[in-house]
Amino acid sequence: MTNAPLVTVRDLRIGATTDSGRKVEIIKDVSFDVAPGEIVALIGESGSGKTTIALSLMGHTRSGCDITGGTITLGEDTVTAMTERGRARLRGTKVSYIPQSAAAAFNPSKRIMDQVTEINAIHRLMPRSAAEAKAVELFRALALPEPETIGERYPHQVSGGQLQRLSAAMALIGGPSLVIFDEPTTALDVTTQIEVLRAFKSVMQAGGIAGVYVSHDLAVVAQIADRVIVLRGGEIQEEGRTDQILRSPTHAYTKQLVAAFDPVPHASVAAETGVSAKPPILEVTNLHAGYGAIHNGEPTFKILKNINFRLERGRNMGVIGESGSGKSTLARAIAGILPPYQGTILLDGQEMRGALKGRSKDELRRAQIVFQLADTALNPAHSIGNILGRPLTFYHGLKGAAREARVIELLDMVHLPATMRHRLPGELSGGQKQRINLARALAAEPELILCDEITSALDTVVAAAILDLLKELQQGLGLSYLFISHDLSTVEAICDDVLVMLMGEVVEALPAADMSEQATHAYSRLLISSVPRLDTGWLAGLEQDPALVAQFAKR
Amino acid sequence: MKREHPIAASQPERNARGYTFSWVGRIGLLIILFWALVALIGPALAPYPPGEIVDWDYFGPVSGKYWMGTDYLGRDIFSRILMGARYTVGIAFCAVVLACTGGVFMGMIAAVMGGWFDMILSRLLDAFNGIPSLLFGLVVVAAVGSSIPVLVLTLAAIYMPGSYRFARALAVNVNTMDFVTVARARGEQTGYLILREIFPNILGPVLADLGLRFVFIVLVLSGLSFLGLGVQPPYADWGALVRENIEGLSLGAPAVIFPSIAIASLTISVNMLIDNLPNKIRDRRE
Repeated sequence: MTNAPLVTVRDLRIGATTDSGRKVEIIKDVSFDVAPGEIVALIGESGSGKTTIALSLMGHTRSGCDITGGTITLGEDTVTAMTERGRARLRGTKVSYIPQSAAAAFNPSKRIMDQVTEINAIHRLMPRSAAEAKAVELFRALALPEPETIGERYPHQVSGGQLQRLSAAMALIGGPSLVIFDEPTTALDVTTQIEVLRAFKSVMQAGGIAGVYVSHDLAVVAQIADRVIVLRGGEIQEEGRTDQILRSPTHAYTKQLVAAFDPVPHASVAAETGVSAKPPILEVTNLHAGYGAIHNGEPTFKILKNINFRLERGRNMGVIGESGSGKSTLARAIAGILPPYQGTILLDGQEMRGALKGRSKDELRRAQIVFQLADTALNPAHSIGNILGRPLTFYHGLKGAAREARVIELLDMVHLPATMRHRLPGELSGGQKQRINLARALAAEPELILCDEITSALDTVVAAAILDLLKELQQGLGLSYLFISHDLSTVEAICDDVLVMLMGEVVEALPAADMSEQATHAYSRLLISSVPRLDTGWLAGLEQDPALVAQFAKR
Repeated sequence: MKREHPIAASQPERNARGYTFSWVGRIGLLIILFWALVALIGPALAPYPPGEIVDWDYFGPVSGKYWMGTDYLGRDIFSRILMGARYTVGIAFCAVVLACTGGVFMGMIAAVMGGWFDMILSRLLDAFNGIPSLLFGLVVVAAVGSSIPVLVLTLAAIYMPGSYRFARALAVNVNTMDFVTVARARGEQTGYLILREIFPNILGPVLADLGLRFVFIVLVLSGLSFLGLGVQPPYADWGALVRENIEGLSLGAPAVIFPSIAIASLTISVNMLIDNLPNKIRDRRE
């Protein structure tokens, strides 16, 4: 009986009813198996149905959705034929779930131990003391610090990576035969992600537990999954063993996904000769910035400390670092949104005042900022034409037909159709919105664009297209970018130089092309080595100095 | 390597939207328009002068002569309701527009400016909010005497701080959104930020609040009339009509029913309209 699959999904169809009452099919005839002890990854872009499929394995659909056809069997049970009560008995004991955001999944007012053993309390599997002993065992297996006492803490008293591992303990306490991972490491920093992935892998292997791992990140999936299912638009595009998918993808979409991962080395467009003749487009010296009430000229919370760098005209500067390192604050300080309290910013050799109010219209025009979240950066009440037209009127005084013509030109520059100017932002996709954000920055005819994680919220393939667009625009318009990202391969693809930031300071400046070879600072080396590679053996073969990890990683 | 991406091909479907009303909203609008019309031309239609005692029998029944019966002095209720529409609809409408315009704009300015300006304005209006509304009306009217402009301004002043609080809370949220930051980084002035970036995004909830506030104003106006500080006799707003004829209820007189129906129909229809505004106005995000 060892060959019988644990999970069988046959012709699964899931439908949803939209607000306007129209019925749409989200999942179209999906069939796959999961063998006992096997980890299968569901990979695809947002909206591909990967989470919907994973949730349906518990017999659950998000509100508004319904399983309209097909069968799902889990061991002996046919999930699709069960009553809601029956499914409730199944959840936690045979199948369990690890959500993306552990922070949101824990109740902040209850102790961790009570929450981890809650499944036991609901299903009355074993006495409380036995459950707690099992939880401590799991904490140990998941390499959590102080396994005996960590359960006594509240969720806010442990780190994000620890909380994600604790949510794994919560999922495993009922002894399930299948665990659903819903992008469990997406919200974590790379140095934290490694430890979490290792812990997941070892407990799953030790317990012989099968898993369904939902992710958009091929490199993460490569480390943990035995098999990969590539989804798009609710249909399976390709299915195969992990190394086969990575090495020889057959479907065009999978090829695109894998190709988007290949770091395309960036060729600088700035002519090396004559660079020194002009002043750098941006020069920052001794920059300090922070938040909070100001006492004696210094804010309460000092974020940026002594930042110095030069960005030559036509070159691109990457800024990398983990969450909380001050990357975004740097962009805001340069843009004047958060006035620095010390230090100077030279734009094209001219000193700019710190605060927005002290800057001239022309200075503001020359440096534009683009934000990470494309949808919150566009006013939902304005049409695209108005959004793009406003900087034209504001900076260049364009009106009427001239303004309209320029809007169409801008849309064309970011490869969007001219008819899009009549739409509202809510009617655009994520990638399209980010293109509009870029077009709005371009409308000012800037010389420097500050890009704050502009590809981080986008799907891999869409993000790659945005990067191509940025390069194309740079060649045509002679722009310089300050490119902030936590994703090293993105930075590699577009930047000439890279600043590594840690706790508000620049620890090292490196050439982007060979970051890993030239990195000398311990933290840069740790950060660079922590980025998952598209290689199934990477995690197992990775060796990091534990002293370094202890010093810098927020595990 | 140049990658091929179908950019323009994958467009989310366009929402069907526009200025179409649901039927509930249409009914609400119709009733409001009806009352607005009555307020304008009603007095010309009234069969009797509203202050004249036309029937020697008080609390008279519904008859061919007096369509809605007569009141506690034998005056024609129908004529008095037509005349009362002018006071109730007119005063409440003017007061609510004043209160909400003032409150919303001050709220948005406070949210955008922040700092000491926001703090001083907020605390002042909070303090003002602490004064009981009827007491405030009593003091003002007692001091300067009752007239229509005084009533409108008093009612607007009573309801302005609430509207300010509401709009400020909404505007503070919108103010932190990236699109406002982008506009600010562009160098836009406060006026543009308020009118073009923030106002359209808080309009929906502000209108809903306006509907609610209108109803409250009708009630306070009735309360003031009850104390003799509102519309002065022989004229009366609907609230006063209810109050002066309340004893007729025990006598089975219809006098109190009709002004009550008038108030109910007006307040309910305002809310029917507000709750069913076209999507385009109500929620721009979806």
